[in-house]
Amino acid sequence: MVEHRRLGNLLPHLALLAGVAIVAFPVYMAVIASTHDNSVIANGQMPLYPGSNALETYWHTIVSGTGKTTRQPVGSMMLNSLIMALGIAAGKIAISIISAYAIVFFAFPFRMTAFWTIFLTLMLPVEVRIYPTYKITSDLHMLDSYSGLILPLIASATATLLFRQFFMTVPKELVEASKIDGAGPVRFFWDTLLPLSLTNIAALFVILFIYGWNQYLWPLLITTRDDMQTIVIGIKKIIDVHDALTEWSVAMATAVLAMLPPVAVVVLMQRLFVKGLIETEK
Amino acid sequence: MANVTLRNVTKTYPSGFEAIKGISLEVGDGQFCVLVGPSGCGKSTLLRMVAGLETITGGEIDIGGRVVNQIEPAERDIAMVFQNYALYPHMSVYNNMAYGLRNRGMPKPEIDIRVQEAARILEIVPMLDRRPGQLSGGQRQRVAMGRAIVRQPKVFLFDEPLSNLDAKLRIAMRVEIRKLQRRLNTTSIYVTHDQLEAMTLADILVVMNAGRVEQIGNPLEIYQKPATTFVASFIGAPPMNLLPMRSDEINSQLAGGRVAGEAGLLGIRPEDFSISNDAFAGGIALDLTVEAIERVGAETFIYGARKNGMQGVAANPGELPPGDVIVRIPGAVAPAIGERIRAAAPREKLHLFSADGRQRIEL
Repeated sequence: MVEHRRLGNLLPHLALLAGVAIVAFPVYMAVIASTHDNSVIANGQMPLYPGSNALETYWHTIVSGTGKTTRQPVGSMMLNSLIMALGIAAGKIAISIISAYAIVFFAFPFRMTAFWTIFLTLMLPVEVRIYPTYKITSDLHMLDSYSGLILPLIASATATLLFRQFFMTVPKELVEASKIDGAGPVRFFWDTLLPLSLTNIAALFVILFIYGWNQYLWPLLITTRDDMQTIVIGIKKIIDVHDALTEWSVAMATAVLAMLPPVAVVVLMQRLFVKGLIETEK
Repeated sequence: MANVTLRNVTKTYPSGFEAIKGISLEVGDGQFCVLVGPSGCGKSTLLRMVAGLETITGGEIDIGGRVVNQIEPAERDIAMVFQNYALYPHMSVYNNMAYGLRNRGMPKPEIDIRVQEAARILEIVPMLDRRPGQLSGGQRQRVAMGRAIVRQPKVFLFDEPLSNLDAKLRIAMRVEIRKLQRRLNTTSIYVTHDQLEAMTLADILVVMNAGRVEQIGNPLEIYQKPATTFVASFIGAPPMNLLPMRSDEINSQLAGGRVAGEAGLLGIRPEDFSISNDAFAGGIALDLTVEAIERVGAETFIYGARKNGMQGVAANPGELPPGDVIVRIPGAVAPAIGERIRAAAPREKLHLFSADGRQRIEL
């Protein structure tokens, strides 16, 4: 029995380890490549051990980047990405929590129509409505700006739905107690609803930050100026060199740098994230 | 400190459902009024209308000489205790109590005085820093009461505040609520479906059924002289026995020709019976076969089947429909199951109602 159980534990663990190895190996390779000199990678025989060039490569990447294609330090690309991702996450949360608040707690004409309209936008991601969205953004002179990167992406049916589901579990007596305690709709929102939603907000923030950070198509379309490039686009451009050698060490360092903020967000907010998805505090 | 007056208050929902069908009621300053009735009778709706949480579709509600129909709940100078307490889960006990005062812009030192005072009265001082989630049901109940007390409102409203507590705690809290209300001398309206709570707490008892008031009065008066069969069977446990009778029987034996119509209902409370072979003069005696016995220690309930009608009343016993009669006797000594007993009740303990049960006929 004991033997059997040990074997039963061993096999799944082996399978899981194999899975981890398959997923982690390319990441390991990227990290290794970013520590070697360009010429080492370019000769086609990249070692599996770390090189000695790490500090220099990362310093060079962050501060000056590659002059050939992106002409921008990766540090400023990261800043662009960060502003965009934070803007999208914060904007989505702000807009969706307010719409969910209206839909759940207020009786107004066409309330359900409003809800279903928001729900329908689930079927209309940026990729589907890209032409009209581009046209509007351009007409409003928002090309090559942070507002152009952020605003068209901040409507979120998913987040509205999530908040709606959560708000519907809030006992209506809590609303009534607030009314008797002299708290109007705005006060109730700030003093009671928002604090109760914190774990949900944290969970959503993790998902939405990564969504924003990974945006590719939209920034590619509306940014033309070098200083507005985001890091995800930067990676692609750094690799895509014509008539010259790709600076692989810089490309890999950029890839590693691009991974860090999402990883940091997940690691830092993991506990809140899980709590927000499984727990309802009432 | 205020009177609460309801003048022909009605509530009709947009669907056309009439939840409250015209209720007039006067609760005097410092009185404890209990609304009691089965679930769905509209008692909670009525309370919520007084609180301002439901709109009033007809009539007037007057608190302390001011018609409050169009006034927001926060401006009505009331405080409410909810069935599920509705404490703010993310705030400490202290903040739960202070929140309403802060929203009114009361200066901090005064808030602190009031909260500390309420916490002292309710014996929750050691819990002021805890969150509601860390408290037991009884403690949460106290916090909910504390939140009402600190406001020093004109009227307390209680919406079944004890129904989430276990039986023992419920009795303890019931006594405490009564003591507290006496001490603060604040006009209170209390909703419950528990007739025992209603009887013990009320200065004025309002028995409601299907959106109407069945009877208003002092609890003992209602117990002794229920106005309808609904009140008769709702107040008092176990409920009053109601026996259908023909009007000629009633007239000849009890009412002396004053009952019109086809028939009536004779009501006898289980506790008014005594088991004896001698019928009371002018009273009634029933021959019963014992079918079930419930012993609860201090008293015993006998469920008897009535087969041969009533002696001393029925001219033709065979025509009376047989049925179950509950008899309550003190102590634990009871007849055996299957035994035949005679239960008698004196004339002054009998209640007589019209056949539809809507009218009491004085004997």
